Amino acid sequence: MAPSTPRRPRSATAGQSIDAAEIEKFSRLAARWWDPEGEMAPLHAMNPVRLQFLRDQAVRHFGLDERSLAPLAGLKVLDVGCGAGLLCEPLARMGAQVTGIDAADESLAVARQHAADSALEIDYRHSSVEALAESGETFDLVTALEVVEHVADVPGFLGACCQVVRPGGALALSTISRTPQAFAFAIVGAEYVMRKLPRGTHDWRKFLKPSELAGAVRRQGLEVREVAGMVYHPLSREWHLSRHDLSINYLLWAERDPDTA
Amino acid sequence: MSEALDKRAADGDARRMVMSGHSRELRAEARFDVILSGGGLVGMSLGVALADAGLQVAVIDREDPAKVVDAPFDGRASAIARGSQQVLSTIGVWQHVGVDAAAILDIRVSDGKVGRRPSRLFLHYDSADLGEGPMGYIVENRVLRRALQARAAELPGLSLLAPLTLESDRRSAQGAEALLSDGRRLTAPLLVAAEGRNSPLRRRANIPVTTWDYPQAGIVCTLYHELDHAGTAHEHFLPSGPFAVLPLTDDEQGRHRSSLVWTEKRELVAGFMAMDDVAFAGELQRRFGYGLGKITVEGHRWSYPLSLMHAARYHDRRLVLIGDAAHQIHPIAGQGFNLGLRDVAALAECLVDARRLGLDLGSPSVLERYQSWRRFDTLAMLAATDGINRLFSNDLPPVRLARDLGLAAVNRLGPARRLFMRHAMGVVGDLPRLVRGEPL
Repeated sequence: MAPSTPRRPRSATAGQSIDAAEIEKFSRLAARWWDPEGEMAPLHAMNPVRLQFLRDQAVRHFGLDERSLAPLAGLKVLDVGCGAGLLCEPLARMGAQVTGIDAADESLAVARQHAADSALEIDYRHSSVEALAESGETFDLVTALEVVEHVADVPGFLGACCQVVRPGGALALSTISRTPQAFAFAIVGAEYVMRKLPRGTHDWRKFLKPSELAGAVRRQGLEVREVAGMVYHPLSREWHLSRHDLSINYLLWAERDPDTA
Repeated sequence: MSEALDKRAADGDARRMVMSGHSRELRAEARFDVILSGGGLVGMSLGVALADAGLQVAVIDREDPAKVVDAPFDGRASAIARGSQQVLSTIGVWQHVGVDAAAILDIRVSDGKVGRRPSRLFLHYDSADLGEGPMGYIVENRVLRRALQARAAELPGLSLLAPLTLESDRRSAQGAEALLSDGRRLTAPLLVAAEGRNSPLRRRANIPVTTWDYPQAGIVCTLYHELDHAGTAHEHFLPSGPFAVLPLTDDEQGRHRSSLVWTEKRELVAGFMAMDDVAFAGELQRRFGYGLGKITVEGHRWSYPLSLMHAARYHDRRLVLIGDAAHQIHPIAGQGFNLGLRDVAALAECLVDARRLGLDLGSPSVLERYQSWRRFDTLAMLAATDGINRLFSNDLPPVRLARDLGLAAVNRLGPARRLFMRHAMGVVGDLPRLVRGEPL
């Protein structure tokens, strides 16, 4: 399965007040999306290694304590394409002050409901990273995991992501590479996913190789510090980080020079 | 969970220790990282390990904390393997055991018949062989309970809720909830069953168990003897089962003591239990001989039917089993509490690692890691103790000769014997950090 957030249906109603029936509906959706054995199973399975990568890099870059139960305390983090909050909640539990943005109202409602149930304070906003970049707000750490492959204008998207990183801050990305292995993997994943979810999850031709993604990030003035593959072990059904195998899913960590304005 | 509840739960004082006598108010609802049902040796050890690492833990126990440290509540002693001692030390409990632990410097395994001298072919483990200090310790359970309570009282993250029972539990994708006998409702991402062999949480989760019954029962008591045991643990294999005499520290009057664990045919146990102290001591002397001089007994005697039990799974949705709730082994090698402490060390590591990544502590991947870590070790120990018991609870002459020779052969194999010793001491395999003596 190619773990990647499925494209979510866009909702035209961006109502501020939500009635009881809506809350009920979103709770049901939250239960489905948050079910570790449900349709988001691949993302749930991938979460521990993604978080390990993020934490270890953040600890190194920002000089934090990895043994702390709240290692990211004090960090202002933005998660772009947050979906139902699968990444935001662990980041918040690690002590970060988290903002999650997504274009889909429905998943944001699910995310808000679930965060409330989990007693976590997360600032979920219906926004695009481009809009946020225009506002001038910046963050210590910006994450956009399994998002790039769904974006139409990759340079524009990456430009905005880099812009919301404060000088001295960091950007973490993950995506699927454009290799035959990834293609095969994505087809299996897409077939698995498409039985249950809206169509159009992946377009292999839009996938970026690590060198292409790194190049695009460098062109925005950030320094790429680390690239790691995520390798799925079918027997243990666990994901592991790999320094060498970047052929399918991979993570990238880039840092912004403290002196850039 | 409402925001208001979260605020209340965030108030540390609201969930401080409630112990009988000097109880402080705990609100009607409170949120923890882990709710532990069962505050026995294994449950309290996990509670302490997690609270020591900074987690918020509720330990629910049906017994009055003041009573469990009395001798009549539990007169048993536990063999603490070195790995277990390292766990207890690292989580700050061993410091409270102090001088009440008797070091095992030598283990002598022999085999024989009632009224006959132990065979001369015996397995002899000497801690000098390993050169790493004592092979383990024998500690009375009440001493361990007292030390665990003392350590728990030092940890603000641990709330001991006792005497109370967990009346009902609700476990969903969202979280777990426990309703207590006093009407309080606790929530957490994970429930831990440390309730012993008949774990109600395990039963309610419909986790099947496999059991093997033995036609034997264990008799346990403290015995007094004329001579100093010099730190030697004796395991004497008789046809009806093993007869172990384990060194304890001297009592207040300076009398030498050992702990007896005597496995006997079940139908004979009632008779031995009914004997007066003098007659009972006579039976012990007939079996053990005069190696420690004259033996006397006083105080309580306990008897326990022997059986093996293993749960088909160690976890369910937002529920995980540890200690005897997951597995009960034949007490032959004193490994029950040691296995339980390895569960504690492995689970504490899985949970703390998960917590440091911000993961949901009740998520299947976290619980699965614990299960796959512990299952092999547990099954190996189950098979080993069952095998030893079958081999030794047998009076057929060829088997006797074979095991006499077998024991003598093991004795001669230096490296193999050292490996056996290290395994019995609990320091072999893929070890959790606490077992290696490293902090979480």
